[in-house]
Amino acid sequence: MDMTQSELKILAPTGIVGYGFPEESFYAGVALKPDVIACDAGSTDPGPYYLGSGHPFTNDTAVKRDLTLMLKAARQLDIPLVIGTAGGSGADVHVARDVGILRAIAKEEGLTFRLAVISAELDPGKVCAALREGRVEQLEGAPPITEDELQASSHLVAQMGIEPIIRALDDGAQVVLCGRCYDPAAFAAPAIRLGYDKALAFHLGKLLECATISATPGSGADCLMGYLGQDYFRVEPLNPARRCTPLSVSAHTLYEKSNPYLLPGPGGTLDISASTFTADTDRAVRVRGSRYIQEEVSSVKLEGAKPTGYRTISICGNRDPLFIARLDGILEEVKKQTAENLSASFQYRLDFIVYGRNGVMGDQEPGTGVRSHEVGIVIDVIADSQEEANAVCSVARSTLLHFGYEGRLATAGNLAFPFSPSDIQMGQAYEFNVYGLLRGEDALSLFPRTYMVLGG
Amino acid sequence: MQVKLREIASVIRSKNAGPYELTFDVLLKDADTFEMVRKSNVINKQMIASLYRIPESQVLGIVYFPNACAVKATIVRPIPSGAWGERDVYGAQQHGPLLDYAFELEAAGEGEGS
Repeated sequence: MDMTQSELKILAPTGIVGYGFPEESFYAGVALKPDVIACDAGSTDPGPYYLGSGHPFTNDTAVKRDLTLMLKAARQLDIPLVIGTAGGSGADVHVARDVGILRAIAKEEGLTFRLAVISAELDPGKVCAALREGRVEQLEGAPPITEDELQASSHLVAQMGIEPIIRALDDGAQVVLCGRCYDPAAFAAPAIRLGYDKALAFHLGKLLECATISATPGSGADCLMGYLGQDYFRVEPLNPARRCTPLSVSAHTLYEKSNPYLLPGPGGTLDISASTFTADTDRAVRVRGSRYIQEEVSSVKLEGAKPTGYRTISICGNRDPLFIARLDGILEEVKKQTAENLSASFQYRLDFIVYGRNGVMGDQEPGTGVRSHEVGIVIDVIADSQEEANAVCSVARSTLLHFGYEGRLATAGNLAFPFSPSDIQMGQAYEFNVYGLLRGEDALSLFPRTYMVLGG
Repeated sequence: MQVKLREIASVIRSKNAGPYELTFDVLLKDADTFEMVRKSNVINKQMIASLYRIPESQVLGIVYFPNACAVKATIVRPIPSGAWGERDVYGAQQHGPLLDYAFELEAAGEGEGS
């Protein structure tokens, strides 16, 4: 039987597992009897710390709440639940956090289900070998990928496509928990598995992965329903306060992408240059005409982050016009004096982020000087150890606090501290150090699957 | 007619497109305004480069998207997201210089029939 004769209904509860969603919207979606519930759970947007350190950027309690609702509904309807990029960054340690949460939910709710866990963490040695064979290259703006950088990454992941998810579903998984995953794949995989058009499935996935960001008013924390037909798809928000319009849906394609027409992913590129967006009702939009360009040699995106040292910061303010007028010179002198007061063996970086001057844009700030009556200052230090970072921050802070600049009237201290303690240990700092494509790997075997029964 | 971008746009935003690129979206208020902006070519690589104090080679592209009455500009991030010295991990507050970008725009209907 050709499954694509009828519409496939995919419920996307929220933009990221752990961001929440209204129960009313969710149960309105459940009442429509979806065929799949799928949700994205990750992003590189929160920066390199989360991939590098292994800490999830989503909160355990919030993730448990969201997964409880999704899991109960999926089991009740006996439909697959697919979660992309578990734990926020999708390395094995992130996925393990979410397996633990699913296990706790199964126990508390008395649910039993077959879980597939798909790993996206790569052995750096394997990627080094691919690099030597010329199958690895950095993406635009990213630094060159070297064997040293690959080995320096504390976690190295690749974005999986649909293949391992389809295999997991074929193998009878009722819940699929993915490591790092191309966001639309969690939605597209169950549809493509049933024979639906690849281009439309990916395009629909592109919208569903952000939930109602494509609605008006937009939100990354409310439920969107997708209906996939043979030669079209429709999207409609489940909260009556939101609408999808041809403008809101087509404009969404711009979001976070460098080219709104060509959207590359693992194995191919979604081409929406010929897509049409029409109003189905005043709240639902119908899309047709999306195309898919299959790659000859499939590629997956690589992401890695490495530690750069330990960070300590101090947050303070100043509202003295005499100080503010001499700010640049004062900060330079404090950097110099801090260095003189520390052992020459200290390896560190010290910077002052000045809000009210160029705190948001740094060197890209077109405005000059300070035009406000006060400035906020963040003393930012990274050093080889936490102890050294603490020492540098402490000396820089006390030097700035009591710095005797030319013309000073306020001789009791230059800084207002909102908190005691004034200095905050931030632990290890990270930076992205691998961002590129890995070509010619098998799209299935690169992402090994583990099966288990939870509950029962 | 001298206008500021903020006076003719419904959305002006910046956001990461991955950790190494920053992308700017300007959604114009209506199709006529979109066409005027497109024809006048006021949003171009040189303008983005000077607004963001970067070499023109770091402006990756300017793309017009009529479906959404939108124009998109993408640049290489001067500092990657979350790296030392970087100030906006999500890249969501780099749109400011676009708001007040002022330029000459031919009013709708002007020049017709001539």
